[in-house]
Amino acid sequence: MIVKVIITLKKGVLDPQGKAIQQTLIGMNFSSVKEVRQGKFFEIDINEKDETKAKSKVQEMCKKLLANLVIEDFKII
Amino acid sequence: MKSSVIIFPGSNCDRDMDVALKKFGFINQMVWHNDIDLPKSDLIVLPGGFSYGDYLRCGSIAGKSRIISSVIDFAKSGGMVMGVCNGFQILTETGLLSGVLQQNINLNFICKNVFIKINNNKNKYFENIKKNILELHIAHNEGNYFCSQDELKSIEDNDQIAATYCDQNGKINEENNPNGAIKNIAGIFNEKKNVLGMMPHPERMIDKYLSGEDGSIFFTNLLNNLK
Repeated sequence: MIVKVIITLKKGVLDPQGKAIQQTLIGMNFSSVKEVRQGKFFEIDINEKDETKAKSKVQEMCKKLLANLVIEDFKII
Repeated sequence: MKSSVIIFPGSNCDRDMDVALKKFGFINQMVWHNDIDLPKSDLIVLPGGFSYGDYLRCGSIAGKSRIISSVIDFAKSGGMVMGVCNGFQILTETGLLSGVLQQNINLNFICKNVFIKINNNKNKYFENIKKNILELHIAHNEGNYFCSQDELKSIEDNDQIAATYCDQNGKINEENNPNGAIKNIAGIFNEKKNVLGMMPHPERMIDKYLSGEDGSIFFTNLLNNLK
């Protein structure tokens, strides 16, 4: 089954990339943009039929590799 | 002949390009990305580097910078616009050139000399050029040219492939493709051939103390063609 994960920077962690994108959008006349935070999205095809088990494995992957928990949060969707 | 080199935050080949253009007789001006108007120019150059830290996608933010609308207008009115490396990436992001530069197929940053074969010399960039095969330098992580099959057909039909990676004898094959680019494409033109984007850096090969002088051939010829 496919498990999807979104990884985002924690609230308060500086996101220069998001900031540059926000400023560019404002420059393009999307003046109502207040903030942009950029993250990562993963689709992991895992050889596992049980959803709970699959998600728990992906959770482990997030903790061990996909996310840096010092600055990032992950959400399995 | 007057040229302008646009500087973006993170450009790092802007001064090399300035040195090269001046060495071969251009009167060059540096233009800041946040300016609105371009100085009167016969040639606009978007230099190599890592504009805006390669945020979002390489060249995407530079492709929406303030100066770019003037560059697009200039190009659409037939003005000569050349993008090298990151400049090529920026030109694809503006839509002036079709396709996109993806990450190199072997996932490595490639920094080495390569040979390219000029594919079309019926344009101001390569007309009358003394050599058909040039040795130039590449240094990039995203140089793997890609476009849809429809776009590829259209650029081939319209002779828009400017140069392809090859060996020193001009042989074009997979072995001489450094980055996985479709059809070994190293550079392409827009439809009218006044906009050129290419990954190799001619400005790095302009002195006998550098690793070659084929860039000198390119710039000398370009200046003559623009006169």
